[in-house]
Parts: sequence; structure tokens; C-alpha cells
Amino acid sequence: MSDTKIVAEKGESKEMSMVVKPQTDSETHPEDYQEIIDFIDNYYAGRKDALIQVLHTAQEIYGYLPLELQKVVAEKLDVPLSKVSGVVSFYSFFSTKPRGKYTIRVCLGTACYVRGGKKLVDHLIKKLGIEIGNTTPDRLYTFEIARCIGACGLAPALMINDEVYKQMTPAKVDKLLAELEKGETL
Amino acid sequence: MLTLTINGRTVQAKKGSTILEAAEQNNIHIPTLCYLKGKHKAGACRICLVEVEGAKTLQASCITQARDGMVILTNSERVRRTRKIMYELQLSDHDRDCLFCKRNQNCELQKLGQMLGVTESRYDGERSPAPSEKTVAITRDMSKCILCRRCITACSEVQAAGVLNAQNRGFETVVGPAGGLLLDEVACAYCGQCVAVCPTGALTETDALTPVINALNDPKKRVVVQVAPAIRVAIGEEFGYPAGTSTTGKLAASLRAIGFDDVFDTNFAADLTILEEGTEFLTRVSTFLEGGKATLPMLTSCSPGWIKYFENHYPDLLSHLSTCKSPQMMLGALIKSFYAEKINVDPASLFVVSVMPCTAKKFEITREEMEIDGLKNVDAILTTRELAALIRQFGIPFSELEDSEFDRPLGLSSGAADIFGVTGGVMEAALRTVYEVVTGREFPFEGLRLEAIEGFEQIKTAALTIENPLPAYKALDGLEVKIAVTSGLDGARKLVDEIRAGTSAYHFIEVMGCPGGCIAGGGQPFSHDPLIREKRMKALFSEDESKTIRKSHENPDLIALYDAYLGKPNSDIAHKLLHTHYVPRGLYNELSE
Repeated sequence: MSDTKIVAEKGESKEMSMVVKPQTDSETHPEDYQEIIDFIDNYYAGRKDALIQVLHTAQEIYGYLPLELQKVVAEKLDVPLSKVSGVVSFYSFFSTKPRGKYTIRVCLGTACYVRGGKKLVDHLIKKLGIEIGNTTPDRLYTFEIARCIGACGLAPALMINDEVYKQMTPAKVDKLLAELEKGETL
Repeated sequence: MLTLTINGRTVQAKKGSTILEAAEQNNIHIPTLCYLKGKHKAGACRICLVEVEGAKTLQASCITQARDGMVILTNSERVRRTRKIMYELQLSDHDRDCLFCKRNQNCELQKLGQMLGVTESRYDGERSPAPSEKTVAITRDMSKCILCRRCITACSEVQAAGVLNAQNRGFETVVGPAGGLLLDEVACAYCGQCVAVCPTGALTETDALTPVINALNDPKKRVVVQVAPAIRVAIGEEFGYPAGTSTTGKLAASLRAIGFDDVFDTNFAADLTILEEGTEFLTRVSTFLEGGKATLPMLTSCSPGWIKYFENHYPDLLSHLSTCKSPQMMLGALIKSFYAEKINVDPASLFVVSVMPCTAKKFEITREEMEIDGLKNVDAILTTRELAALIRQFGIPFSELEDSEFDRPLGLSSGAADIFGVTGGVMEAALRTVYEVVTGREFPFEGLRLEAIEGFEQIKTAALTIENPLPAYKALDGLEVKIAVTSGLDGARKLVDEIRAGTSAYHFIEVMGCPGGCIAGGGQPFSHDPLIREKRMKALFSEDESKTIRKSHENPDLIALYDAYLGKPNSDIAHKLLHTHYVPRGLYNELSE
């Protein structure tokens, strides 16, 4: 998380810099995974210990980690698929389902929890109409919870893609989402 | 040496010991659950907690190093109280239908509770997700899983199959294949080594007692049984005999007492396998030396877990496998052809049961290739454990039975057949015959034993030079035949990777899917005796040595079978009944379908 930008409370100056590739409903085919194959060949060929880095990059490229993609990683790194899947399902950061353009992660680490993180979660469940871990039908938002994002001094915090928003309240969440959606329609 | 104080006693322990090992060296017993001596230590269950002076919390003794001067209490009130709580917490997320669990009275969790004196379960809470499934060979019931992860060690480290792993996290954790797939959707070899180490009923063999009992009760069925070599040196353990006792006579007697109509011995087919596989090998080598096309090294094909693993991982190399069916499949095919004709019954009325030390055999009999004219070669597989259960259910007093013999003609065997049940045995048996066929002289080793390929080293190799062969095998004169023997899928992987890389130095490789061979198969009686394999192996070698006929090609009933029915090894009819082909499955077949 070292390159995470801490953004001012209002967030008006921020730009959504993370590139999220458009998702399609059709199953992605193995030949579509050339980019991660090249990445592994270039940097981590045969390196079993690089599994987590490779998965991070794969998720950055493809947005999520379907089993087909995990298979490619398993084969390239010579790690059993059961282990790749074990790692993917262990870390809440990884997702096996297609994701929205914006991933909202509400921090529920101890500090954020005691300062109202849970209220943000309840609010978002209502507002987005989806449960934790799911994506809105329009593929705009994926809603998750995070286990401490290292911004305890800014509690309660949430992240949208790579950016951290501090001292959030339900009202501030509403405002933030409204701004994002305004950007969408432009 | 380390000096430390355990329970007020000053004791010595070997350097590098864990607290648990240090205690053991001094005859101090610390209860464990997930720990498996020499095989698995994860510190997952916290049952082996002990109090260490100066440490804030209790320590898991299986993973904590013993240090000089440590003061340890293994059984203080605090330790015992905490241990009970840990146990009760385990129970709070465990199915407690012990009375109808397959592991009832043979369950490590159950025994531990009794030992700890747990008389109530004070915690009742949410239950974690518990997928279950029943494949043809292995049944998973995750409501009984205690997350000890022994099966993961067996699958991913010992066997290098990597099918099982912990999925998800925390309370949601489930041990299983990738992405919630089922065992029969992934490259599971069905070797059953996971079942062999499971402390509870979470992993068991899929039941075959019901179809067998139904067949026994069906007056229209003639029920024929055969038993693998490794059963006779293990089943005694289920009836109170010390490990390593041969109970061949009682085994045959108990099968007859249950009511099987014919009691045959897979050993007979082991002798048959030697003639078929030995001939196939000689044909491959001769063809190769004469400049023809032949695939070498040839790999043995008796072990169905190994075959499945090979089809999953090396679908491009199938021609290396011997085309021989496994001995029990050969015998099944013969029972429904040769024997049915001999006793003049419709083969469809025969029900063939094989008692095997193996869970993968349950998968093997379901393969399409194991049918002839629409009839399955073998109808049901019982593991050693299941046969013991059947003997008990039928009220047979195993140890009081008078020794009996297998029925002929498919029950007589040479000593070479007995050692099929242990790593190196198939190769040794093959060499006894092949050497003599080629040179006309007896296998030139003392007691017909080739020690270089015996024992439990992962990969064993030997070379044998052929000198002065018979005229028919002149082409082989001076050939140094190189052989390798391995057991366990990790060793097999290493040898086959050499083949794929083009660097394999061998002509003939014996592979058994389970480490140590069938004596330690996934269907054998549960045992945590670290010397169990040695004991069962020695018993098989004694069986071999006790026989007057010790070479497969000298088995008179086998010679008669060739004369009357099969003609000669690898004949057309032998091919139809006794040989097979393989399926290129690939590693990720579950995703391509």
C-alpha cells in the first residue's frame, strides 16, 4: 500500500487514476491471458514464491481472478491450483468475481470499527442495495470490507480503488458517491 | 543434549527437539491431535499445549523448540483446563453423530475426548460451511473436519498431487480442491493417503459393503472374491494381532465363512501379470535393439492411483505405460470368461469382489476400459478396513478360525506374487522370470532377492547385465538393463520428469502410488506405528520365502491356464482380456468440460 494516495476529505481534486478494463459477461478465454503470461515470463518465471505478487498483477490487469486465470498462474509458476485458489480465497483483497469500476472497501480494522466503520457498512448496504463482497448490477461499484488499511489515524476510513478517504460519515459517503456518479454521466 | 525440567523432573533431551519430542524421550505423554509423528506438525489444534515458565501464554509443544533450562508443566491444572476448552471448542463445530460414523470407536477425536475426561460440551454455536461429496472412491464430509491439515501434507507434500488445500479463511476455512470444485472434478489420483491420515470421519473410503452384502444375499448371484497380497499381512491388525502378522489362512477361512462362493487370490493374477508384463518388456527391448519403434522406459501399471496421476499429469507420455491391466482386473476378466466357461455359468450371474489395500481400485473398476462385452471385470472393491467390518458384521470369529487355503485354479501362487504388495516387489518378481526366460539360468542373487531395490528409499536403482542369453534372445547379449523403483507419487513425478526431459537412463521403472507400496495403501488398517511398513514388508517377504514355488512362470496352475486357454503371453486372447489402454486426461480436465 506504499503508493496509496491519501486524499483530502472533500476529494474534489482527485482523479480516478486506476485503469479498470471493461468487463464482459462472456467467459474469458485462456488466450486472453497473454499479458500475465508475458509478465510471469519476464519477471517471475518458475518462481513459486512470487505467487502473491503475480496474483496482484493479474488482478490489476484483468480486474478479478477467475479460476481459468488462476489455472494459468498455477501452471506458469508450477504451483498446484488448489494452493493458488487457497491464497486467492484467503486474502480479502483478491476477488474471483467480476468487479465494478469502483471498488469501495470500508476499513473494519479495530480503530475504524470503534469509530463508526460498521455504520458506514450498514449505510452502504442500504444505499447500494448489495451485500458485502458483491457488485452492483450496473458494474459501477464493488463493495467490500478491509481488515485495517493502515490509516488508523484517519478512522473511520474507506478506500475507493487506490485512494483512501478519511473520517467518513454516511453523509460524506453519499456526497462522494454522488460526485463519482456525476463523473460517470459526463 | 539439553537439560530441562518437565513436571518437576530434571530431564535430558536431544538437541533440536521440540518440547513434545523432549517429553516423549523421557516417557512423558503429552496428548496431541493434529500432530502426526514424523509426518505432520502444524500447531493447528492446540491440544498439545504446555505451560512454559516465563512465557505469557501456553505453548503448542509440537512446534515449540525445547531449550536448555526450560521449566515446563505438561499437566498442570491450567494446562488441563485449557486443553479441555480447546477440545470442547473443536466439538462445537463438529458433527456429533458418532454412533453412525464410520470411524466410531476408531476415531482419534473420540479417543482424545475420553482421555481428556470431557463429559460435556458447553459450547454450541454457529457451524462452519461443510461441503460433502461422495466420489466413487473417497467420501468427504467436512462437517467432521477438524482442520488439522494432515491430509494437505499427505496430498501436497508426500504425494505431490496438490489436490487438497485450505480454501477461504478463518471460520469459513474448508479443506478441499481449488475454487470449491469436487474431487472428481480435479486431478485426484484417489490414492487415499489423505484418508489414511485423517483423524476423524471427514475423509473415508466410499462404502462398498452395501452392494457386496446385497450380492451375497441374492440367490441368483454367484459371488466370487479375490484378495490382494497386502491384505494378508495387515488385516490381522484389525483383530488384535501384532502388526506384521501373516494371517493368510484365517483370511481365506473368513471369506468362506462369510459365504463367498469362490475364494480366489489376486496373487494368481500377479504371477500372470509377470508373464504378460515381462513378455511385453522383452518385446519392447528386442524391438528397440533391432531398430524398430518401441517406447522405453516401460512403466508398470498395477497401481491405479499412479495410473490416474499419470493420465492427469503426463497425458502425452501414455505409451510408456505397460498395457497390462492391474492383477485384480486381470483376475476379474478371467473369472468372467475362463472360469465362467469352466464351471458353465452365465458370466452375468457372477459378482466379483476384490479386497484391496487401496481406495483407487474403487475408481479403477468404474473405468470404461474395464468392461468386456458390457460386463464389468470386477463389480465391487472392499478395502482391508471394509473387509474387517464385514467379518465383524457377519459374526465371524476371525482369530478362532482354522486356517484354510484359497480355491483353485485361481488361488495358487508363487512367492514372487506375494511381494507384489511392497515397493520393489513387482520388479523383483519380474526379474526372477525375465532373467530366466532370457538366459535359461536362475536369477543370480542370493535367495532370489535384489536388495538394491528393496526398502523405503524414495528412488532405488539397479543395473543387470545380460550375458550368454539363449539363442532366441541373442540381440540382448551384453545389454545392461537399467531399472528404477519408486513408491509414492512424488518419486514417480521425479522419474517421469526425466523421461519428459529425455534424460531417463532406465529401461524399466516400477511405480507404486503409495509410499512403501500397497502395504501402506489408502485402504489399509489405520496405524500410527512408525515401523508399520517395515513390519508388513517383512511379513510379505516371509510369505515369499515360505513357498516352494517362488517364480511366477513356475506356477503350475498358471502354466495350465496358458495351455488350456490363453495360448501364450501377449496372445490375442490375452490382449483382449488382460491388457488395456489409457486416457489422456490432463491436469485441468475439470475446466475444459
